[in-house]
Amino acid sequence: MTRPLRIGNAQGFWGDSPGAPRRLLEQAPELDFLTLDYLAELSLSIMASQRERDPSAGYARDFLEVIESLVPYWQSGGQCRIVTNAGGLNPEGCASACAAALGRAGLNHLRVFSVSGDDVLEQLRAAPEAQEFRHLETKEPLGALAGRLVAANAYLGAQSVAEAIAEGAHVVVTGRVADPSLTVAPCVAHFNWSWTDYSRLAAATVAGHLIECGTQATGGFSTDWLDLPDHDRIGYPIVEVEEDGSFVITKPPASGGRVTLQTVKEQLLYEIGDPGAYLSPDATVSLLGIALEPQGENQVRVTGARGGPPPERLKVSASYRDGYKAHATLTVFGRDAVRKAQAAGEGVFRRLREAGCKLERTLVETIGGGACAPGVDLGDSAPLEVVLRLSAADSRKEALERFSKEIAPLVTCGPQGVAGYASGRAKPVPVFAYWPCLIQCGAVRAKVVEVAA
Amino acid sequence: MNQSSIDYGRRLGAIAYARSGDKGSGANVAVLARHPAAYAFLLEWLTAERLAAFLEPLGSDGAVRYEVPNLEAFNFVFPRILAGGASRSLRLDTQGKALGQVVLELPLTEVDDAVWHRLVEDCP
Repeated sequence: MTRPLRIGNAQGFWGDSPGAPRRLLEQAPELDFLTLDYLAELSLSIMASQRERDPSAGYARDFLEVIESLVPYWQSGGQCRIVTNAGGLNPEGCASACAAALGRAGLNHLRVFSVSGDDVLEQLRAAPEAQEFRHLETKEPLGALAGRLVAANAYLGAQSVAEAIAEGAHVVVTGRVADPSLTVAPCVAHFNWSWTDYSRLAAATVAGHLIECGTQATGGFSTDWLDLPDHDRIGYPIVEVEEDGSFVITKPPASGGRVTLQTVKEQLLYEIGDPGAYLSPDATVSLLGIALEPQGENQVRVTGARGGPPPERLKVSASYRDGYKAHATLTVFGRDAVRKAQAAGEGVFRRLREAGCKLERTLVETIGGGACAPGVDLGDSAPLEVVLRLSAADSRKEALERFSKEIAPLVTCGPQGVAGYASGRAKPVPVFAYWPCLIQCGAVRAKVVEVAA
Repeated sequence: MNQSSIDYGRRLGAIAYARSGDKGSGANVAVLARHPAAYAFLLEWLTAERLAAFLEPLGSDGAVRYEVPNLEAFNFVFPRILAGGASRSLRLDTQGKALGQVVLELPLTEVDDAVWHRLVEDCP
């Protein structure tokens, strides 16, 4: 019988704790694989604007710091391998930089592979009226927006990543690969599962889904977060996957947070649509047969994932330029702070209109007055202090620069108790709007390359 | 283990916990019962219509409820509730991360007193 595979995650998104991978490997040095997830829906549009300024960029540079932080681990004999989508729009560039960093540290024996081919930008630009490139939610055709696209990437599955691992990769750097596939790939490479063994692929997809957001499975983002032990040092999640696909989710013993039925259930349903049909490029997964069983402290056994064939088309995540936006904040203290802030904010936009500056979209919010649920009846009493947040979006950058000049005057013309204007004028930033669509599997060719140190 | 140190009063948070996140310009909110009796109660009471009405000011135009009995949970999907979603929306909570906490504030004042006391006492 093949021994269980131990896979951890120590990076749930681009911006997660930079010391987490090193810390997890200090706490659990015997891990077989570490997955590091850097790509949210719009990360690639940020990388696209970075690449416009520097063609060698376009990936999560933070990953190189992670690799450097792991050098002592590998120098002292650590065996853990890395699977990451840090490559973003430039997997080969990221993999080369990674190999160079390892080479400088004398770790030339570690083999680095890149997986690319997810970039379908040219295909979308070439066929803006194509049925499958219609917006998944609104069903609108891409049309003239095609000229404003900045990135379009298909979600690849686990196959090419598993291929790289089977070839002997120590580090696999991908572009857009579905988050759970980063976990599915090492399982398939290790257990030699068939690509049509959908129940096992489904089980590994569930394992990947549970750990892909880092500490969200171990107490982070939990409803009862306040009651967790040591929530300042929550341990990152680990799955121990058996040959049959069942697994135990846990975390290192010397870490904070908890792994309980509650934390696992919360993450199981995180960003899920139909729990009977979770779509991934490797399998269509049903969560409805899943059984969770606590096994001692901070260990939950997960069985019963069911799977079927994946969708015939791959999901594409595209983004296009959609003008600019700017946000400004000021604190308002005193009786009836919400009403004062609301009136002051509306006054700003009225003054701008009267000065001839008509903004395409504006919003006044009062943070402290229920800004996360505007209008919802929460039955709260009036707070004595709120943050006034003014937002505007427009296709003209100049209009937003004009807007940002109209905030500071509130310090002298606004209500008594305005504080906190110290951060200078709000800066207009580009807006990248999201365009989800589909593409035929056959139109996407994944490419696996070993990069030289 | 399934109890919170936070006093939710007579609101959903007393008998359930939650998790939310974005799905394009929509969002999902999972509501998970704190004990089996709470699940049985919520199966009847926590309809998609009821929750959609509570969140209506956010621009929710309806909700789909999925039952997940093996987890004693429900998954609610709210199309278009994020006013444009993570990139376009000007709102503070562009990704719906706070919606779980919002939903736990749903009042249960209209629930019969005897039913409510049984639900709270049943909590392990």
